Amino acid sequence: MSEADRLKAHPFMRGLADAQVAKIASCARLARFPESAVIFREGGEADALYLILRGRVVLEQHVPGKGDVQLESLSGGDILGLSWLFPGGRWVLEARAVEPTEAFALEARCVHARMEEDAALGLALAKHLIHQLYQRLERVRLQRLDVYRAEP
Amino acid sequence: MNALSCPMVPEPVRVLKAHRESHDVVTLTLDPGAQRLFLPGQFNMLYAFGVGEVPISMSGEPARAGRVVHTIKAVGAVSKALCRLKRGGVLGMRGPYGRPWPVDEVRGSDLVIVAGGLGLAPLRPVLYHVLAQRAAYGRIFLLVGARTPEDLLFDDEIQRWQKHGDLSVLVTVDRASTGWKGRVGVVPALLSEVPELENAVAFVCGPEVMMRYTVRELGRRGLPDQHVYLSLERNMKCAAGFCGHCQFGPSFICKDGPVLRYDRIRSLFWLREI
Repeated sequence: MSEADRLKAHPFMRGLADAQVAKIASCARLARFPESAVIFREGGEADALYLILRGRVVLEQHVPGKGDVQLESLSGGDILGLSWLFPGGRWVLEARAVEPTEAFALEARCVHARMEEDAALGLALAKHLIHQLYQRLERVRLQRLDVYRAEP
Repeated sequence: MNALSCPMVPEPVRVLKAHRESHDVVTLTLDPGAQRLFLPGQFNMLYAFGVGEVPISMSGEPARAGRVVHTIKAVGAVSKALCRLKRGGVLGMRGPYGRPWPVDEVRGSDLVIVAGGLGLAPLRPVLYHVLAQRAAYGRIFLLVGARTPEDLLFDDEIQRWQKHGDLSVLVTVDRASTGWKGRVGVVPALLSEVPELENAVAFVCGPEVMMRYTVRELGRRGLPDQHVYLSLERNMKCAAGFCGHCQFGPSFICKDGPVLRYDRIRSLFWLREI
């Protein structure tokens, strides 16, 4: 499968026209991360959206006195990194590959530019991002409820 | 006297083995004295003498006569007393009660078994049953969620099942520290890793909130409500449909459940007053 086909097959690209995928492809590069590689660090410039193709990535937060706490893991078909959405964004978590991982890295400035140039593409991507954000919000809500804690 | 002739009288049974699964969960292997057959998903009433009685699902092999296995979480006074029992200890038992998982009705289907926390215990007999008759079922997915890696139940068995080619096991924990290399997140999120879910049958057991999120996600993934079975919990006393403590709308969880088909309880499942 060509890189273009792999990009088109990613769930985040679902429903986009070929011409729209081609515009996104112009912002994309294929990135490979070995096990334990840090993909981005808290505080660093949020400069990309990653579309994970395979492997697994964990999002971590360093908590003084507790060490690194794993908050969520992401795998093939998921997207990684939302802090780039707003200008001047900085990563708020650390992302580390726990398995050899392959992903398309979409350069944030480029994606912003394509969304501005093409309103239909911008709307489609915005809807996809909102959907992803809502799903993540729902997961965090359930996680926060701590439903497995024993209570009399 | 047995439970069939007098369903309210517990019989004394001896603990053959007490195995600590995690800091607050213990598995008791009991000698019932006579053959006690049960179906996956059924429960017994276990009586800690002088403390009280609680419903606990069987977690062992249905086909293994002469042994009854229960996995118990130390939460209240009775379950804490049961968890303190050691080999040779005695407790009261009556049962089995309740409607089981429909393991025979769903032969030929793909199965998605979703377990949250202690919810894996009532589903373990399902796994024993379907793995013993593997050819009778389609693809089988076991999705397991736990609070932390240390809280995962039946860890050795999960690892064995993961290596078993006929079963896909996906495990996640709500939180973990750096040493954990598995998934982190909630169990409904694992459904995104199950391909072609829409023709499967789902068995779901865990805390009710976890089941609500799971049912919602199964619906989004295209699974019809009549393909979803849940194991519900309510305050049970008699376990035989006499007292009404576990009433759930027109049903009694002890007699008509604990396993119920979702489309039949959908209108009640989201009611907080029930």
